[in-house]
Amino acid sequence: MPAPAFALKTDRDQLMIDKLVAAFGDGVVSHERITDMMVITVKKPVIHDVLKFLRNELDFNFLTSMGGMHYPERDSLGLVFHLHSMRNGHRIRLKTETPMRDPVFPTFTDLWPTTNWMEREAWDFFGIQFSGHPNLKRILNMEDFPAFPLRKDYPLEDPTREDKDDSYFGR
Amino acid sequence: MSDDITPRPALGKPTIVPPPKGFTGSRFMTTKLEDAIGLARKNSIWPLPFATSCCGIEFMATMASNYDLARFGMERLSFSPRQSDLLMVMGTIAKKMAPVLRDVYTQMAEPKWVLSVGACASSGGIFDTYSVLQGIDRVIPVDVYVPGCPPRPEQIIDGILKIQELVANEGFRRRYSKDYEHLLKTYKID
Repeated sequence: MPAPAFALKTDRDQLMIDKLVAAFGDGVVSHERITDMMVITVKKPVIHDVLKFLRNELDFNFLTSMGGMHYPERDSLGLVFHLHSMRNGHRIRLKTETPMRDPVFPTFTDLWPTTNWMEREAWDFFGIQFSGHPNLKRILNMEDFPAFPLRKDYPLEDPTREDKDDSYFGR
Repeated sequence: MSDDITPRPALGKPTIVPPPKGFTGSRFMTTKLEDAIGLARKNSIWPLPFATSCCGIEFMATMASNYDLARFGMERLSFSPRQSDLLMVMGTIAKKMAPVLRDVYTQMAEPKWVLSVGACASSGGIFDTYSVLQGIDRVIPVDVYVPGCPPRPEQIIDGILKIQELVANEGFRRRYSKDYEHLLKTYKID
């Protein structure tokens, strides 16, 4: 089947990977295409520079979303970024991880001011800190909440609940 | 077509509440002040709706003409806690909302009653999770619970009738009693 006439001549994803690898070397840990989106994993020390590079050099001007992750089996916390290049109509996903004992990232508010609240959310739910954040406090939970509830080791059900009979739930 | 012009019985004829128990003679009646005040309070409750979710929608139906809460002397909803007698909590209360609810309760003047409408307000309901208060009785004392998810307007009305019963029969001394003081103390309200 011939390629449609409007198909892009170059593989944008591969082009971008090549440029990233050229700029950061083994800072780029891995890349794979999941469904229709390229997912790139980079090392923690270069994450800020990678994002700056993507924004300034490769035209990924829009940060769609940023969120926290928790991998208990690897004992690590992580961040996932969804980037969108408005001009090229190109989306990518960027991941990075940090060991549990050092959950600190540099703030990204200097690149995208919108990360202010996203970083507060990641702090609120995963306990990920952002050095240099202007106002790093809980955003959705109550201020004196004692835990980070979206970590996998946090119990799903409210432990203070009294009226639930385990026998109704097959336990 | 009918030529029937016989008058029909008037609709919406007001009913007078029965007087409290007492001794009635010719052109006088004696009763307990407590009962008379209870009767007046019972039939002129000013509710404060604290509606946060779907139970609040059911409450709107209860308030509207089909079910018509005004039949019970609740014509006027008070949106100021200072002027209301009955706090109706309808809906999920998040833990972040709990201090707000508590403030609203403490701002109400005595005597005050609390009606907890629906599963969420009464026990947390299906929201068995870190962010939801597992029943408002963890922050304020509750007089009547209405089960349901959400309860139908008839159930809410039933809860209100139960509240009216409490209001009518409450002794003058209750709000000054040691028991009541102790109750508030358990909720750390003074």
